[in-house]
Amino acid sequence: MSIFAVSAIAILVSVALALARAIMGPTAYDRILALNAIGTKTVMLIAVVGFMNGRPDFLDLAIVYALMNFIGTLAVLKYFKFGTLRRGFSRSSGGKS
Amino acid sequence: MRTIGLILVLFAVWLLFSGIYTPLIISFGIVSCILVGWLARRMDVIDHEGLPLQLGIQIIVYWGWLVLEIVKANLDVAKCVLFPKKYLRPSFFISRITQKSDLGKVIYANSITLTPGTVTVDLYDENILVHALTEASAEGVKSGEMDEKVTKVMGEA
Amino acid sequence: MDLVLDIATWISMLIGCFFVLITGYGLLKFPDLYTRIHAGGMADTLASFLIFGGLALQSGFSLVTAKLFFIVAFLFLTSPTATYALAQATFVAGLKPKLDGFGEEADNTESETEDGAKPNNSESKSD
Repeated sequence: MSIFAVSAIAILVSVALALARAIMGPTAYDRILALNAIGTKTVMLIAVVGFMNGRPDFLDLAIVYALMNFIGTLAVLKYFKFGTLRRGFSRSSGGKS
Repeated sequence: MRTIGLILVLFAVWLLFSGIYTPLIISFGIVSCILVGWLARRMDVIDHEGLPLQLGIQIIVYWGWLVLEIVKANLDVAKCVLFPKKYLRPSFFISRITQKSDLGKVIYANSITLTPGTVTVDLYDENILVHALTEASAEGVKSGEMDEKVTKVMGEA
Repeated sequence: MDLVLDIATWISMLIGCFFVLITGYGLLKFPDLYTRIHAGGMADTLASFLIFGGLALQSGFSLVTAKLFFIVAFLFLTSPTATYALAQATFVAGLKPKLDGFGEEADNTESETEDGAKPNNSESKSD
């Protein structure tokens, strides 16, 4: 049993715990936080699984996932804050929409 | 001047990611880097915040110190997770910051957030609102050591 | 030499796994949102650092190492921004943190005045 398999299992268990928080979470922000944590762990999981199969090319996917996770979190937060994605973050310029 | 710096940085990153070095592919890379540099110049995002080259070598030294702080803070938070009764003392306080520029403030606030155990909740004018997990982490922010270091990196007395 | 690298990889990644598991446990166990943010921050920093460091030891010195370094750099640059956005949105939404013991009355009143200053800070964010 290689170290990669061990760490993949550990990461999966941790993802399951975060998923439980995402399901239970009393507020929407708890769910976003759990989602963000799951995204970070997925980046690690992709890299570890890529090494486990001897295909380090998976790292490109991990890079893309790291960036997508960041943008996705911000997009969901913005949606919660304003109820739409059309407006800017600044309140003064929001009158246009 | 900064545009050329941006194009060089982009091309170095492209070379590291690509891994295929035939003349055709490399010329594609050069063309795309120049295109991105031109677009960024048109969008007017290349300034002292978009490409902070003026920070120089000091920021690397600061990152080294920051990694050490992160390791220490991580051990602190791990203890707190395992024995919450003993260590968990959440607190919420306002601290002063001494940086003048926006970039310095952002670097300081992000350093605080990156260190587990302290999270920047709000940042306005010269005050910073911090949520800390334990007494030790709260003291770490209140002592102002990190603040001094960031101010030194930014070159503001 | 190979053996030393393997052992270093094992140690580094096992400690990383330990921190990842603690993160998941902390996410479940902590009482309110603000404290859970701290637990989530652990996976972003030291755990990813250790796990990707272990992978870098295995990969030898090549382009793969550079890519691993870039992933860690991306995580270190982006995660505080996302965390700050989350904490700020929570605070503006009016969720009060649970403080026990250490945060005395003074801290509580300070956070009350914070609420009054809210419009001011959202304006300063806009420029």
